[in-house]
Amino acid sequence: MAKSKALYGLDLDADRLRTMYYYMVLSRELDKRIWILNRQGKSAFVISGQGQEGVQVASALALNPATDWLAPYYRDMAMVMAFGMTPREVMLGQLGRALDPSSGGRQMPSHFGHHEKHILTGSSPVATQVVHAVGLAWSMKLKHEAGVVLTSLGEGSTNQGEFHEALNFAAVHRVPVIVLVENNGYAISVPQHREMAIQDVAIRAQGYGIPGVVVRGSDPLEVYQVIYEARRRAIAGDGPTLVEAKTHRYTAHSSDDDDRSYRSREQLEEEKRDDAVVRFREWLEQEKLWDREAEDTLKKRVKQEVDDATDYAEAAELPDAGTVYDHVYGSSPA
Amino acid sequence: MIPKAGQTTMAVLSYLEAIRETLRQEMQRDSRIIIYGEDVGVRGGVFRVTEGLQKEFGEDRVIDSPLAEAAIVGTAIGAAVNGLRPVPEIQFADFIFPAINQIVQEAARIRYRSNGTFHVPLVIRAPFGGGVHGALYHSQSVEAFFAHVPGLKVVIPATPYDAKGLLASAIQDEDPVLYFEHKAAYRSLKGEVPDERYLIPIGQADVKRQGKDISIITYGLMVSYALKAAEELEKEGISAEVLDLRSMRPLDVEAILETAKKTGKVLIVHEDNLTGGIGGEVSALISEHALFYLDAPIMRLAGPDVPAMPYSAPLEHAFMVTPEKIRDKARELAKF
Repeated sequence: MAKSKALYGLDLDADRLRTMYYYMVLSRELDKRIWILNRQGKSAFVISGQGQEGVQVASALALNPATDWLAPYYRDMAMVMAFGMTPREVMLGQLGRALDPSSGGRQMPSHFGHHEKHILTGSSPVATQVVHAVGLAWSMKLKHEAGVVLTSLGEGSTNQGEFHEALNFAAVHRVPVIVLVENNGYAISVPQHREMAIQDVAIRAQGYGIPGVVVRGSDPLEVYQVIYEARRRAIAGDGPTLVEAKTHRYTAHSSDDDDRSYRSREQLEEEKRDDAVVRFREWLEQEKLWDREAEDTLKKRVKQEVDDATDYAEAAELPDAGTVYDHVYGSSPA
Repeated sequence: MIPKAGQTTMAVLSYLEAIRETLRQEMQRDSRIIIYGEDVGVRGGVFRVTEGLQKEFGEDRVIDSPLAEAAIVGTAIGAAVNGLRPVPEIQFADFIFPAINQIVQEAARIRYRSNGTFHVPLVIRAPFGGGVHGALYHSQSVEAFFAHVPGLKVVIPATPYDAKGLLASAIQDEDPVLYFEHKAAYRSLKGEVPDERYLIPIGQADVKRQGKDISIITYGLMVSYALKAAEELEKEGISAEVLDLRSMRPLDVEAILETAKKTGKVLIVHEDNLTGGIGGEVSALISEHALFYLDAPIMRLAGPDVPAMPYSAPLEHAFMVTPEKIRDKARELAKF
């Protein structure tokens, strides 16, 4: 774990560290609840971020939601919550309810978007959001707005042409964007060595003439530092940064996948020994910022919030079939 | 208000000049508009449509972009979300396909998929069409691919006058608009264009010539070809109406049905390939809603179903729809 002293200089204080841990636990528990709803037949599809919470929460907390934007991908539940989406809002989307702020129940779950909270709507074809993030950040620069855009994607998605086009464009125009690769080692079933002939996605940055940084995803403080610095560079006009966080995916790709067919249980157990949620709690305890009592209180609070989100979303209305034609076009003044 | 001849000051402009002057006029009145694409800045575009604009509006508003179409459109989406009005240029319509994921999956679907909380006002300009020895990859008509997609609007002006009014409408539209410019029309078509700003509503067809015996429904460069054919047919005693669709999506269903009912004989003409082209949709609309007004089967004259336009002159001519081909097909229809 990175040294705490350095971190206090980076805007982190004890409350913020506890908040970081809170969002990690909240996301883990909400995610687990969603799997239960899926197995109960109440939610048709789950795509999970378990294992990646450390990267996601630390990244979101290194940003300023008032000025910055996220262009996330479908595993980023912890990230969007740490950026301002509530568990209720997440659950409304998970259950396809009319009030789902991402899409009104139109998209598959975990396709997060929230205009008011500066979370850009995304799709399922991977890496398309990287280009949007670059365009949005570029427009901030053109409009002299002080802000950055953080976009995230998996390592498999970095093989897409749009990833390359986006980073090249961002580098040429020194766009204030942070591209965060959450490298969990698998593109559904295909391991990294079958996706690319390099160890570190971050070295792809060299091809664009921008910094590429590798961080350990189970160390949220290191992630925070790197994203914080990338943001500082971006705001200062120094352009984009590619950040690769080595992380883990503790579930199958989705509720329609079975990872036992391509990942041994021993391998998974090995990965679980590097769990950011556990490691960060241990560090907090070591720093005397956390104890058993705090943990019990947090667990109760989170369970209550997860229950509340579940009950709220289950009771919420489904979309009216008559709205299927809504929002194809807006009204045009022409 | 759409100004008419005699009511305002006019200039005779080419189709290309009309587009350039509209871009200039719109950029002067709306600082949110940015133009970018390959070679659009210093060079002023390979066709010179954006010539002089970078000098006038600066490098932050008229920008040479990397050669990467998905990035050109994708970044425009991001910029549009943040309140700019990007008007990116795809250098040739033939090169729009690397961006099709961004146009169809993203731009077209963002309003819908976000339940109306996001939208992307952007205009993608692209020169299209053949007859200029551009061969397979500098001659294509790509409008039908996009006209298939709800969430997009697709327009093609046929005259300098329409080029101005449609472009102004496209730029102030709240949704993504594809604005295709026929490259053979750039310098060959000239016409009066009012100096003042005016809008031609997207989705409104225009009767370019009144007639009573047959209707020729078409768009783009084919409008001027159809008008030439109509003049010759007039000498033979055949009165042809020419309806310029102007908008491929949304189609002006009312205008299509009106002309079909009026003449009872419809010829649909486009340069794009026959199968799956706009003509099929127009024909279906007439069949569904005006069948009993028809005195002859609906006819279509279109580019042949070969992959794209060949280079060598005889082959190119064999592909292109010409005024003569339109005249002959129209005569066949009139005599049915």
